[in-house]
Amino acid sequence: MSIDQAQMRGHLPAGLAVSTSPTIHACARAAGILVVGGGIGCILFFLLLPTLIVVPMSLSETDYIEFPPRGLTLKWYSVFFNDPDWMAATWFSLKIAVATTATATVVGTMAALAIVRGSLPFRTALQALALGPMIVPHIILGVALYLAFAPLQLTGSFFGFLVAHTVLAVPYVIITVTASLQRFDPTLELAALNCGANRLQAFFLIVLPNIVPGVAAAAVFAFLASFDEATVAFFISDIGGKSIGRKMFEDIDFNLTPVIAAASTVLVATSLLLMCAVHFLNARKPNSGN
Amino acid sequence: MTNSTQTSYSSGRPTLSSARFYPPAASLGLAAPLLAALIAGFLYPVSRLVALSFSGGSLDHFRRIFTEPLHLGVLLSTIEVAFVVAISSLVLGFPVAYLMARLRKGLAMAVAACVFIPLWTSVLIRSYAWVVLLQRNGIVNELLLGMGVTEGPLKLIYTQSAVILAMTHVLMPFMILPIYSALRALPPDYIRAARNLGAGPVRAFVAVTLPLSLPGVFAGSVMCFVLALGFYITPALVGGPGSMLMATLIGQQTTVLLDWPFAAALSTMLLAVTLLFVLLFRRTLSLSKGLNSVH
Repeated sequence: MSIDQAQMRGHLPAGLAVSTSPTIHACARAAGILVVGGGIGCILFFLLLPTLIVVPMSLSETDYIEFPPRGLTLKWYSVFFNDPDWMAATWFSLKIAVATTATATVVGTMAALAIVRGSLPFRTALQALALGPMIVPHIILGVALYLAFAPLQLTGSFFGFLVAHTVLAVPYVIITVTASLQRFDPTLELAALNCGANRLQAFFLIVLPNIVPGVAAAAVFAFLASFDEATVAFFISDIGGKSIGRKMFEDIDFNLTPVIAAASTVLVATSLLLMCAVHFLNARKPNSGN
Repeated sequence: MTNSTQTSYSSGRPTLSSARFYPPAASLGLAAPLLAALIAGFLYPVSRLVALSFSGGSLDHFRRIFTEPLHLGVLLSTIEVAFVVAISSLVLGFPVAYLMARLRKGLAMAVAACVFIPLWTSVLIRSYAWVVLLQRNGIVNELLLGMGVTEGPLKLIYTQSAVILAMTHVLMPFMILPIYSALRALPPDYIRAARNLGAGPVRAFVAVTLPLSLPGVFAGSVMCFVLALGFYITPALVGGPGSMLMATLIGQQTTVLLDWPFAAALSTMLLAVTLLFVLLFRRTLSLSKGLNSVH
C-alpha cells in the first residue's frame, strides 16, 4: 500500500476506502455496520421503551394493564384530573417544586459564586459537602429526615419538604452554575469594579446576564429534582401532606390501574417540555467574549 | 478573627492576581445560606441517624447485622448487584457513547435524545414501566409466548434479574455521559495518525481510543456502582422478597417492623460502605461530567 493510499484511507470517510478486494471488503463492512448498528439500535430501544410504554398504557379502555391496549380512551386522564387525592398530591408537589426551585437556585448560585470567586479557606470541603446529598443514598436521607422532622411535626409539611428538597436540588445548581462561572471571563467583572461599580451592581449588570443560561438550566434541574423525587418524599410524607411521588409509589404497589400511566404521561410531558427549554436556553448561550 | 487576612482586600481595588477576588467576609456571607440548608436538611438529620444506631452506647445493632446470616447476605448481595449493574451498564453504554461521539451532529443529537429522555423521566415511572413490561401477562411474556419460545408465562418480575435489568436501565445514562465526554475530548488526529501508521480500525480502537476513554469509563462505573448501592424505588417495586437489597431492608425495618434503631444501624452500615467506595475512587468520581455534557 502506498503512502498516498494510506493517507486517503485515513482521511476519507471509512466507507469510501478502497482496498485490494473491494467487493468482499465492502460486503464485510456492510455486514459489520448492520450487526453493530442493529445492536446499538436495540440498546437505544431498551433505553426509550419504558418511557414510551406509559403513553399507550394510559389510553387503554380496560381498567387493568394490558398489552397491546384495547381501545382508545382519554377517560384515565379525566379520572386523574378529577380525583381529589391525585390533584391534592399534584398541587402539593408543584408548590414544593416551585418553592424549591427558587430557594435552591438562589442559595446554590450564591454558594457557587463563593466557591469560584471567593476566598474561603474550606472551599473544597464546602463543595464536597454540598454534593453530599447526591452521593448519600436517598433512603438514608429519607430515614434521617423523618427522624429529625417527626419530633418537630414537620413531616407532611410544606416547610419540611422545602428544606429536604432544597438540599437534594442544590447539588445540581452548584454543578451547573459553577461550570457557567468558570467559562465566564473574570476580567469583565474586575473592569466593572474598577470603573466604579459596587459588587452588587457588577453582579447584576455584568455577571448575571452572562451566566443566565446556566442559572436557568440549574433552575430547571432543581425543579425536576424536586418534582420527580420519590424516595425521601416517601418517608417525610404523611396523610395530610403527600407528594405525587409518594402517591404514585403507593398506587404502583397496591392499585395498579391505567390512572398511573396517565399521571406518568403528564409527568413525562412536563419533564420533556422543561428539557427542551434547557436545550433552547443553551443554544442561545451568549458568548463570554461579547 | 484577626484583621490581618483582610488588610490586603480593604486597601486598594481588586486585582487579577487570581480569579478569586471576593473578600472572605463576602464569600462567607454568600456561602452561609447553603451552610444553613445543609446543616438543617443534611448534616443534623444524618448525624441523628448515626447517633440512634449507637443508642444505649452499645454495638448490639451492628452485632445483629453481622451475626444474622440474612442481614449479612443482604449486604453482600447489594454489593454484588451494584457490581453487576455497573458492568452491564458499561457493556451496553459504551457503544452508545462511542456512537454519540462519532456520528454527525444531527444524528448524534438523535442518539443523545435517547439517552436524555429516560434520564429525565422519573425513576418511579421507569420502574412502573418495568413492572408493566415484566408482569405475568406483560408484554415480554406475551412476546415470548407468541414467538413460541416458552410454553407458559415466565416468572420475570419480583426476581433479582428484574432488579438488575431495571437498575441497569435507570443508571445507564450515568455511564454513557462521562464516557461520551472522554471520547469527545479525544482529538480525532490521534486515530488518524494510528490509521496512517498502518493500524486497522480494530487495532486503532484497542490501542488508541480505548485507553484514552478509560477516565470516562472509571468515572461512569464508580458513579453507577455508588448510586446502585443505595437504590430504593426500583428494587422495592420490581424486586421480590428473595432479592432484598440494603435499601429495601431498611425500608422494611422502618415501615413494616418499626425497628428504628436497627434501621438506623443498617443505614449507618450502608452509609459507611458507600463512603468507603467514594473515598477509594475519589479521584475517578466526577459528578460534574454527566450534568455538564447536557450543555
